[in-house]
Amino acid sequence: MLGWIGLSIALLIASALGAAVAFRADRSSLAIGTTGSILACVIGAAASISALVSGLEQSFLAGWPLPIGQIHLGLDSLSAFFLTCIFVISGLVTVYGAGYLQAYIGKRRLAPALTFFNLRVAAMVALVIARDGIFFLVAWEIMSFASFFLVTFENEREDVRRAGMTYLIASQLGVAFLFAMFALLGHNAGSFDFDQFTAGVTPSASLAGICFLLAVVGFGTKAGFWPVHIWLPDAHPAAPSHVSALMSGVMIKMGIYGLLRTLMFLGNPPAWWGTLLVGIGIITGIAGVLHALAQHDLKRLLAYHSVENIGIIALGMGIGLLGQSHRNTTVAFLGYAGALLHVLNHGLFKSLLFEGAGSIVHATGTRDIESLGGLYRRMPITGLTFLVGSVAICGLPPLNGFVSEWLVYVGAFQGGADLPVSWGATAIAAIPALALIGALAAACFVKAFGVVFLGEARTSVVTNAHEAGGTMRWPMIITALLCAAIGIWPTGAVQLVAPAAQLLSRSAPPVEALGSLTAITRVATMLAGLILVLAIVRKVLLRGREVSQAPTWGCGYALPTPRMQYSAASFVEPLLRPFMALIPTRIRRDGPNGFFPFKATYEEHLGDAAGERVLAPASRAFIQALSRVRIIQQGRVQLYLVYIAATLVILLVWQLAGVTGR
Amino acid sequence: MKDYADLLLLLVAVSNLYIVATSRLNSCVRASAIQGAALALLPLVLWTSGFNVQLFHLAVICAGTLAIKAIVIPILVSRAIREANVRREVDPSVSLHSSVLLAGLLMGISFWMSTVLVLPRPAPTMLLVPVAFATLLTGFLVLISRRQAITHVIGYLLIENGVFIFGQTLAREVPFAVELGILLDLLVGIFVMGIAINHISREFDHIDTELLSTLKD
Repeated sequence: MLGWIGLSIALLIASALGAAVAFRADRSSLAIGTTGSILACVIGAAASISALVSGLEQSFLAGWPLPIGQIHLGLDSLSAFFLTCIFVISGLVTVYGAGYLQAYIGKRRLAPALTFFNLRVAAMVALVIARDGIFFLVAWEIMSFASFFLVTFENEREDVRRAGMTYLIASQLGVAFLFAMFALLGHNAGSFDFDQFTAGVTPSASLAGICFLLAVVGFGTKAGFWPVHIWLPDAHPAAPSHVSALMSGVMIKMGIYGLLRTLMFLGNPPAWWGTLLVGIGIITGIAGVLHALAQHDLKRLLAYHSVENIGIIALGMGIGLLGQSHRNTTVAFLGYAGALLHVLNHGLFKSLLFEGAGSIVHATGTRDIESLGGLYRRMPITGLTFLVGSVAICGLPPLNGFVSEWLVYVGAFQGGADLPVSWGATAIAAIPALALIGALAAACFVKAFGVVFLGEARTSVVTNAHEAGGTMRWPMIITALLCAAIGIWPTGAVQLVAPAAQLLSRSAPPVEALGSLTAITRVATMLAGLILVLAIVRKVLLRGREVSQAPTWGCGYALPTPRMQYSAASFVEPLLRPFMALIPTRIRRDGPNGFFPFKATYEEHLGDAAGERVLAPASRAFIQALSRVRIIQQGRVQLYLVYIAATLVILLVWQLAGVTGR
Repeated sequence: MKDYADLLLLLVAVSNLYIVATSRLNSCVRASAIQGAALALLPLVLWTSGFNVQLFHLAVICAGTLAIKAIVIPILVSRAIREANVRREVDPSVSLHSSVLLAGLLMGISFWMSTVLVLPRPAPTMLLVPVAFATLLTGFLVLISRRQAITHVIGYLLIENGVFIFGQTLAREVPFAVELGILLDLLVGIFVMGIAINHISREFDHIDTELLSTLKD
């Protein structure tokens, strides 16, 4: 199996190079890049799914022409699960991207988008099968840099360059923590090989704690934990839509993978790790969804929802850790399984939603929700699939988001019941947080779907809108069907994550707790059937009748205009009001003044609390503290010579005094 | 012959103090030339007695040192002084009196260090190690406390001289070829510095290194 995955990496790299070589001919580089990526994803998906089903474990060692050891690749159920996510979603997104990039032909060179896209997929695959710290970090950096070049695809735009820099700074700061962590672990084990980490000396409690914190910050930056998520809402809107789909759907999950892999090195977790992750999950989830509510840029909104969903995944992991630290296998399994399944689910519905957003941008040229409206009639397929994605992301049955959130819920309840009170309270705290997140997410997508697709067109950009082409439509339809399939048949989906969850929690699946899944199937089938029946009834009733379209009744007002509709901002205003203290808001209001007011303006900018209230002051304080050190840097040769001479004399005196003292 | 060696080393020590104490650039250069000549003779008086080192090697090292340190470098430096049109006075940032005091202090430290320093083999004379350290540290003192680029050249020269003297304790282990190599490096370094000083002074009308600080970031 590892051979097939190696083959797909080779295909990806070869097609990336091919697309780069053919950079003058956009169509052929598009063809080469897309074909290579699709082939690689099909092969890789088949190989990783069969490895996942058969529970295969493999490893591969090869000499590395550097003095740092060997290339060590491996495949276990955790890797196989993440590989499945990567290959399935990347394959679908590649097809979509082929359609999406058509619009750029003749306007700009496509080669960078294709080359770095394939390179990034290859790096993610390599990252997941790496069993060696150095190789892992190399793959990690290739992934980060390829993403940087993808984010800055439209680099003539100033906001894109800014977003690219934010992303680059965040990812490099994050990786610094990972370097520190691997250095510590490598020093402890005497090797960078992952097997040595686990087989050799178990890290002491304090070392494991430090490594855990470093991993949370380092991997959390990539995944988007609060408050280091701030690159996400900048980078996603800046990138082309298929790139944001892959970035949000798969790449940020590499942070989750890294954290899970690290947990396997660190021995038995103390309970505070679980508490920390539950806390991070609660804050990340609520902050993400609140900021999402405040956004009027469709892709920025979706990016904040990625933050929210990462929060849910962190909640699941935290509950898993809590269970593991108390040797409660049921809680541990449910937490990890929920987190892992949410990784897959979020990958599916978030790539679906970004693809939908891409189709909207493609059709109308704007991401601003406030200028859209009534798109459903013009783009029915995009609208329907976007609706499926929206329902899924809100965690509502009969779609897949419900299943993974259900597992986390069950895990939290079980944790509250079984764990000692003080730790059980943490698990219990996850429940209202999850409920709040779900409710706010539902409100947010009522806003997003309602304002974009329903009602009347708010501006003229909508009037020329058209449905996306086939290569863009089909990936969305297939992804939507996958979402529905997991939602209706959760037992099958849980079987996908069970081996990996088993590996992480070191326990067998709790049969009793998973029994509820069949009930989900029943309810989901009933719901889906109900929807179907209602649709049929509607069709039957309307048969033979004339259907006409008329403006909405304007309560007798004679001159309605589309501008009288609810706007996105007015819809969420009452919802956001209780939380306004948490969101830094800048309002500029001018007029109306005087007895005969002429002009009045109102502007509202909603910032990000993490950036403005946490990170900016922290980095200012840090830089200020460090600038004190700059005093030694005076630019005078004589002073530098003083430093050298002083060092020399002090060292000599110290050493020689040591000699006499002995 | 040990007495002559001590005499030469004393000459080196005195020239160190003189370089630090004098206010005239030309005297500095002359003192360093004298010091170079003393160093050139040092291996000869040290190793012709007792130890059996081939005379040819010794002759080469002495002639080389004499030629470069006592003749070529002083000529180069004085030419640089002439052509760069620098002020003929050293421009100390530490007053001359305190410089002398500091140099004395450094010499005291050197003597203390030589008493506690454990060498692989006892030094041929008592004075060798302290004078080596003193020369090296005096070189640093000159580098630190003088502003002009020319005096920097002399400072580096003093450091190299200190290393050379210390090298005499290990004369058996360090082949003279290495010594010659260092000598050559030094010559090239002085050449480069001389040219750079010329260029800098032509460009900016002065060679005050303190003003280099405007180049820092």
